[in-house]
Amino acid sequence: MLTAVAIVVDGAVFAAWLFIVSVGLTLIYGVMRILNIAHGSLYALGAYTAAWLVGAYFAQGYPPLAGYLLLPAAALLVGVVAGLAIERGVLRLMYGRDEVIMVLVTYAIFLVLEDVIKLIWGVDPYFAYQPYGLLGTVDVLGLPYPIYDLATIALAIVIGAVVWWGLNRTRVGKLLIAVIHDREMSMAVGIDVTRLFAVTFVLGAVLAALGGAVSAPKISVVPGIGVEVIVLAFAVVVIGGLGSVGGAMIGAVIVGFARAAAVHLLPEAELFVIYAIMAAVLVVRPYGLFAKPEARRI
Amino acid sequence: MLRGTNAHRASALGAGIALAVGLGIAAPGSAQDGSSLRIGIVTFLSGGAAGPFGVPARNAAELMVSALNEGSVPAPYDSKGIAGATIEPIIIDEAGGTQTQVSEYRNLVERQNVDLVIGYISSGDCQAVAPVVEELKRLTVFFDCGTPQIFEETVTDPQYLFRTGPTATMDSVGAARYLLEVAPDTESFAGINQNYAWGQDSWNDFVAAMKVLKPEVEVVGEQFPKLYAGQYGAEISALLTSGADAVHSSFWGGDLEGFVFQAAARGLFQRSKVVLTTGETAMFRLGAQMPDGSIIGARGPHGVFAPDSPLNDWFRQQYFDRYGTWPTYPSYKMAQAILGVKTAYEKAAGAGGALPSQEEVIAAFEGLEYEAPSGTVKMAIGNGHQAIQGVTYGIYSYDRDSGQPSLTDVRSYQAECVNPPDAVKSLDWINSGFEGASC
Repeated sequence: MLTAVAIVVDGAVFAAWLFIVSVGLTLIYGVMRILNIAHGSLYALGAYTAAWLVGAYFAQGYPPLAGYLLLPAAALLVGVVAGLAIERGVLRLMYGRDEVIMVLVTYAIFLVLEDVIKLIWGVDPYFAYQPYGLLGTVDVLGLPYPIYDLATIALAIVIGAVVWWGLNRTRVGKLLIAVIHDREMSMAVGIDVTRLFAVTFVLGAVLAALGGAVSAPKISVVPGIGVEVIVLAFAVVVIGGLGSVGGAMIGAVIVGFARAAAVHLLPEAELFVIYAIMAAVLVVRPYGLFAKPEARRI
Repeated sequence: MLRGTNAHRASALGAGIALAVGLGIAAPGSAQDGSSLRIGIVTFLSGGAAGPFGVPARNAAELMVSALNEGSVPAPYDSKGIAGATIEPIIIDEAGGTQTQVSEYRNLVERQNVDLVIGYISSGDCQAVAPVVEELKRLTVFFDCGTPQIFEETVTDPQYLFRTGPTATMDSVGAARYLLEVAPDTESFAGINQNYAWGQDSWNDFVAAMKVLKPEVEVVGEQFPKLYAGQYGAEISALLTSGADAVHSSFWGGDLEGFVFQAAARGLFQRSKVVLTTGETAMFRLGAQMPDGSIIGARGPHGVFAPDSPLNDWFRQQYFDRYGTWPTYPSYKMAQAILGVKTAYEKAAGAGGALPSQEEVIAAFEGLEYEAPSGTVKMAIGNGHQAIQGVTYGIYSYDRDSGQPSLTDVRSYQAECVNPPDAVKSLDWINSGFEGASC
């Protein structure tokens, strides 16, 4: 019983984290058809900025609860500055190229940003542990869980809801959906696709950085954290279907619960289980669970 | 035509994953001088292991090289350079994975033409480079990596390869002995270790040693998260539900620090005695965040566990003066490797003082005993190519008034108590009931 409850809670916490770190990747792919490898660097930049701000804030002894605002602030700062710089500075010049070229371009950006991070923050770890312990823990059948982790679940639901609402209920969202469905037709009817691309990329960058910012309090922020995240985020969005926000949510839930179950019941399979699911899904549905096959255009 | 096809999508994804997996960075040196001794030094300068391991090791290398070249190291290392030759270090980044490191190693030996290589923190890199060392026939000293497989499986008849840092067996046997001495009523234990050679070997040796020392003790859980996983929520729940009296972890670097944050917030350290075999590297950084009562080790008598001696006092002070922080075990192990090389070269050179040949150095290095800042190093096993040393553990506590970490109940185990004899595999030795151990 305890194990079953632990699997549910651990699975939900991990799924929430996975969704937060992968939703930006799938959003950008859905709209722009760019598999953004630099997503990992944006995550890392978010984590470093948050850790740096939180460290400085708590060192001054300011009111602790207001410190939580630094996490979204860091994400916004990184997303807007780095997102705009990447989109306006590089990607804008590359639109219309083959998807593989765009992967190489964003990989190059990833490498540059990894060194930028090293240049700014060095290689020593940064900590932002204060927000993690501050809220205390709740006991679930005698198993303590930090409230911060449970709040992450709430945050993931909010992000999912806001992205859904934004896409389906706002004008910009409807324009984005039009672009996702048919980019050429959207341009033909006068939608400013280039501007929408900038908006989407910044939004995706903010979400990537938010993933890093909310992770920062529970990890040691060290060089290389971005690499791990890209690989996991890829697995999640591929399972759900590249470009599908709902798919990312389902993918995160599947991976989250499968991994938690493996850790509790069959620890040897933990590493393997994520990729086993990915392989199984791709065998049955090569485009992922929620993406539709596209006709090849000649 | 703007839209990608499915084939594009698949290949883009493949390319993406392939690219995401590996990063390679190289920074070869260039100077050439006939009268000098060119030493390739390989240590993490980027990636997650750089901060806690790579850079402290690089700092120690730079400190030792400049002090040796000046002749300012205390006796018996007060002669200039190595056998009179000026040391010329060529420092290489260990990041990038095993393939990159094999290429970098070949590059160091074949193109940079170094006289020897000192390096490697990652057990994975050591396993990949070890056979290449024997193939290229260039003296190479592993200074830190811990997997006992190097001389037990990978290179069983080493000629050119040495390792001046002891194996994970020493850490695990020492940890088991210490745990059962300070908490003799331990009835069950669990482990969380990284899923690669170092984590697996550490855990296997620890389990075997616990079973020999207290046969009725029960293993109630073992977790092997991926290296650099970062998120350990489910693993910590599993450890909590296991009800283990003790938890063993050989985690290091960012993984160790993240695990401590997450496990401490959930009270794992209150429920179980947690043994962190590399805890010393994180204690100064974590300070009050490292829970009181943690059992921590330093992979040998390094850092805060190092014995008082003029050499150690000099090393600690020099390091602090130069870098503003105290040296941790990777610094000690790098210094130890360099001093081992100096001792071997000078023993081979004899009174004549001319730079000896590689074969003479190797003959002198085999079975060598020498002094390092952390005490005596004996190249006693692996046909005289593998060092043994004692190991020390202690219980961590943090004094909030003074802001200083301290260690209580510090206990040391001599080298022959925690290392197998020559020509006996670690696990066989443990399972034999530590045959021939002298404690």
